[in-house]
Amino acid sequence: MIAHAHEIPGDAAWSAPVRAGRTITLTALADGANASMLIIGADRLDRLNIPDTLKSQMSARIKPGMVLMSDRGLALATVTASSLDWHDCLTGAFPSRLLLLELIKHGFGETDLHACINFFSKVAVADDPRASLAFIPDHAHAGDTVTLRADQDLLIFISTAPHPLSDEPAASVAVQLETPANVKDPDLRDEAVRALRLTRELIG
Amino acid sequence: MTVTATTVALDTVVEAGDGALVTVPAGGRLQIVDLHGNQAVDTLFYDAHDIDNRYSAFDTIREQRAVFLTTGSRLVSTRRDELAVITDDTCGRHDTVGGACSQESNVIRYGEFTRHQHACRQTFLRYGAKVGIGQRQLTHNVNFFMNVPVTSSGGLTFEDGLSAPGKYVELTASRDLFVLISNCPQVNNPCNGWNPTPIQLLGWW
Repeated sequence: MIAHAHEIPGDAAWSAPVRAGRTITLTALADGANASMLIIGADRLDRLNIPDTLKSQMSARIKPGMVLMSDRGLALATVTASSLDWHDCLTGAFPSRLLLLELIKHGFGETDLHACINFFSKVAVADDPRASLAFIPDHAHAGDTVTLRADQDLLIFISTAPHPLSDEPAASVAVQLETPANVKDPDLRDEAVRALRLTRELIG
Repeated sequence: MTVTATTVALDTVVEAGDGALVTVPAGGRLQIVDLHGNQAVDTLFYDAHDIDNRYSAFDTIREQRAVFLTTGSRLVSTRRDELAVITDDTCGRHDTVGGACSQESNVIRYGEFTRHQHACRQTFLRYGAKVGIGQRQLTHNVNFFMNVPVTSSGGLTFEDGLSAPGKYVELTASRDLFVLISNCPQVNNPCNGWNPTPIQLLGWW
């Protein structure tokens, strides 16, 4: 059942509470879309931690079958599906003005900025001595999607400003919040299973 | 130990698993020496006059269009202000993607038996408290001397270090800084060669 649907225009920001168990589906409405996302957990302190998310799942990108982890080792959300297998999380969002305003609306501030995920964007890593980076301009196309399942009550913050390394114009992104009957865990690494189990035991 | 550096020079040893808070004035040079080799030194940088203007790992990576840090790397803040520059480096590369260990992330990665092992984020909170750095003020850090290969296929692993006894990295402060250091106590992965060891801090200002 669709609980809420919204279209975020390009170069805009949006934030919303997402109850545990609901899914969040983002859809790119034009080629080259970008959706930079911050996440804060149920206690309003525990934030998305990209380094912990990456190192516990041996990945330098966000892809389906990963749990997005918090500073305190809890599961915030699970990436249950995506038409893309690479969402950038190594290059931040700049300027952070749009995200910062949304944080302030919820009583947060600059102190709460943390590493974001740039859904729909890819920054390729070279196998050279410095792991050089190059933005991939034709990665996402209109219709590409990613779905997250909230594993605790969340606040999500989304900016549709272009990726900071992109020359492409901003594109709009559709957001759909649904209350599904049940979303099964995708295949996950043991570390992700542990994070989900702890989250369900402690605040489920 | 806590160092409030008003002296002209700093020369101190930080024991394995301990930490330090060092105030480095603009133009000051801070050298971190890996005395025994393969020792991860988890480090955070804050504008000493406004701690919300703090190091940003992923803004730093984007600005230099490369994942690893070495000589010439500009460490920038969330406002994209330059906080410090790596001005010398005999190790060759340093990580800023892997973050710091915590009791909670150890449980996720290695299991419940690690719950009460000491971890870097305990050290950050202990030494940061004095200048108002608490949980909200923690961010994603630099891991000097740590080897975290990131590959073109999007993989990431923790591997044995490239460092060796006596290797050092030198930073020059671009503004007055708090440098918050945890000499990593991790024993569950190769980031400290399975054996955490002391480091030396040297400062000139």
